[in-house]
Amino acid sequence: MSRPGLWDAVRGVVRRDLMLAMRRPSDVAMSVFFLVIVASLFPLGVGPEPAVLKTIAAGVLWVAALLACLLSLGRVFTADYLDGVLEQMVLIAQPLPVLVVGKVFAHWVVSGLPVVVLSPFLGLQFGLDGEALWTLVLSLLLGTPTLSMIGAIGAALVLGVRGSGLLVALLVLPLYVPVLIFGAGAVTGSMAGVGGEANLSLLGACLVLSLFFAPWATAAGLRIALE
Amino acid sequence: MRGERRLFSNVNVTVQPGTVLAVVGENGSGKTSLLRMLTSLLPPEEGAILWNGQDIRQLKEDYSAHLTYIGHLNGVKDDLSAIENLTVTADLTGDQHSLPSVQEALESVGLKRRVHHLPTRVLSQGQKRRVALARLWLSTHPLWLLDEPFTSLDTAATGLVTERIRLHLQSGGLAVVVTHHEVALPPEVVQQLRLNG
Amino acid sequence: MSFNWSKFSAPLAFYPVAGKMIPWFSVAAALTIAAGLYVGLLIAPTDFQQGDSYRIIFVHVPAAWMSMFLYVVMAVWAGVGMGLNARLSFMMAQAIAPTGAMFTFLALLTGAMWGKPTWGAWWVWDARLTSELILLFQYAGVMLLRTSIDDMRRADRASGVCALVGVVNIPIIYYSVQWWNTLHQGASVSMTAAPKMATLMLVAMLLMTFGFWMYSIAVVLGRVRCVILERENLLAWNKPSPAPEVAEAQS
Repeated sequence: MSRPGLWDAVRGVVRRDLMLAMRRPSDVAMSVFFLVIVASLFPLGVGPEPAVLKTIAAGVLWVAALLACLLSLGRVFTADYLDGVLEQMVLIAQPLPVLVVGKVFAHWVVSGLPVVVLSPFLGLQFGLDGEALWTLVLSLLLGTPTLSMIGAIGAALVLGVRGSGLLVALLVLPLYVPVLIFGAGAVTGSMAGVGGEANLSLLGACLVLSLFFAPWATAAGLRIALE
Repeated sequence: MRGERRLFSNVNVTVQPGTVLAVVGENGSGKTSLLRMLTSLLPPEEGAILWNGQDIRQLKEDYSAHLTYIGHLNGVKDDLSAIENLTVTADLTGDQHSLPSVQEALESVGLKRRVHHLPTRVLSQGQKRRVALARLWLSTHPLWLLDEPFTSLDTAATGLVTERIRLHLQSGGLAVVVTHHEVALPPEVVQQLRLNG
Repeated sequence: MSFNWSKFSAPLAFYPVAGKMIPWFSVAAALTIAAGLYVGLLIAPTDFQQGDSYRIIFVHVPAAWMSMFLYVVMAVWAGVGMGLNARLSFMMAQAIAPTGAMFTFLALLTGAMWGKPTWGAWWVWDARLTSELILLFQYAGVMLLRTSIDDMRRADRASGVCALVGVVNIPIIYYSVQWWNTLHQGASVSMTAAPKMATLMLVAMLLMTFGFWMYSIAVVLGRVRCVILERENLLAWNKPSPAPEVAEAQS
């Protein structure tokens, strides 16, 4: 009888999900295209005037990133739930919350990281430059993993439930609000010249908090879904 | 309970090493739920499940480290090949996962080499079930919990799996199997539990 | 004297107890709310800044407080249910949610009613109103999650986790929304900057809050009785009589 080491188990979980993502690169592409489309809708709705766009840039880009994350939540656990891989994961002889962190990390690499990488280009489209652009990237780098971790809680709670797409949005968006406030606030602050450090450190705090607490809630949600 | 319905009560049974408990009963009598209780995925309303005298709810990971569970769902990713699936699964359960042993396991369950590297998406139901069951050839865990393992299998494969279970019992392992079929093993190692719905 | 609470933890045992308590709380509610309204609407002095329209505060503020208290109480019941595996605790949580949501909505409605004469707008994005709005979404989430899941046990636990996660979010939302308000200056309207409290006004507020508590308890007890009936009936309907015995295992 043998059991895997903790690090081996987490690495195994991450490896499997990244292998699967490589077989379906369209998943990565979807997040990217969605972000671009949503961000493009706003100038179309509001008008192309640069001054206006610059004012709304921080909020629009952050909301677009948030929505992209929200839409990707259906892919964290659902496939594994349907083919039986999830119940096997719960039975691995290592603490489930740690395995959850691994899973969410892999999910972030596929759905969140592309958003971070693409954001400066979108920022330029909205007339952001210099420090504001850098703050945007940094805020998303801190924020998107937090959104993934928090979103996983909702994803776990609605597994297999009908109407789960909209339901998960309702559950998760109130939890996203603080991250949105701090993230967009960082960019706005740096544009206004007061710097984004205060908001960025709050974002960092959110990330740390979510890393500690969200996995427990997610693990509880997964066990409930599998009963 | 399933939903708000009581499935069964007053189940008292002990499984000794070297024996298999065959759980039989009609559809809806709660066989799968009972098995899932043994995996600790489903907590019982009343009563306790003991492993070597200790409650599995206290043991948690120390208990699941001792078991191999193959349920209705295969636990196999469609986009990965049989070899990849088995390698990752065995790695995650702490079993042997070197390439030769994985290939040997797949061959032992009757899957020819030429399908080992295909994505399991293209395999038939029976072949996918075999990929799932190949874990039994790699498992080093004493307790096997199997839910309808022979579904979708032809006679030959059923024979292979039954034989593997027999060897497992012989080396001191134990098993709980939910099944419609007769378990083709000597009666002295088979204990039957019938659930009445 | 030790009181054996566990006697009442079976839902059917609690049903008559709840029934006996309701009339007391209803009367207490009616009396204190009437008193509160009397003091607030008729006796408390007219505010020199806002005139008589400020009086809506006697409903708005207690309603906002109740919306938050009730969420916490709901989360506590859910937590107790998960810890003790007690169905009645989950039923209490289930019964509290609609009342909490109602108070949240009332707070939002009265907030709008206050905003119009005072600042000329039906809605202002001030810290409290925005937090209340998000709280309403949280209530909606807990309730919709429960109704979307058919399996009662799973519904209990899932909405329990949702409520517990949400209760952690409440202070975070409160402070982050205040932060957001200060970031975007120009928000000089604030409902938290209520008129200076004359003693009578304070008395009215406290009376109303107490009255709302009594009302909540009465209504929740009434609702939990309905929930008990609904769920226990479901149980009885499906129970084969008697519960199936299992044939002894044969070797």
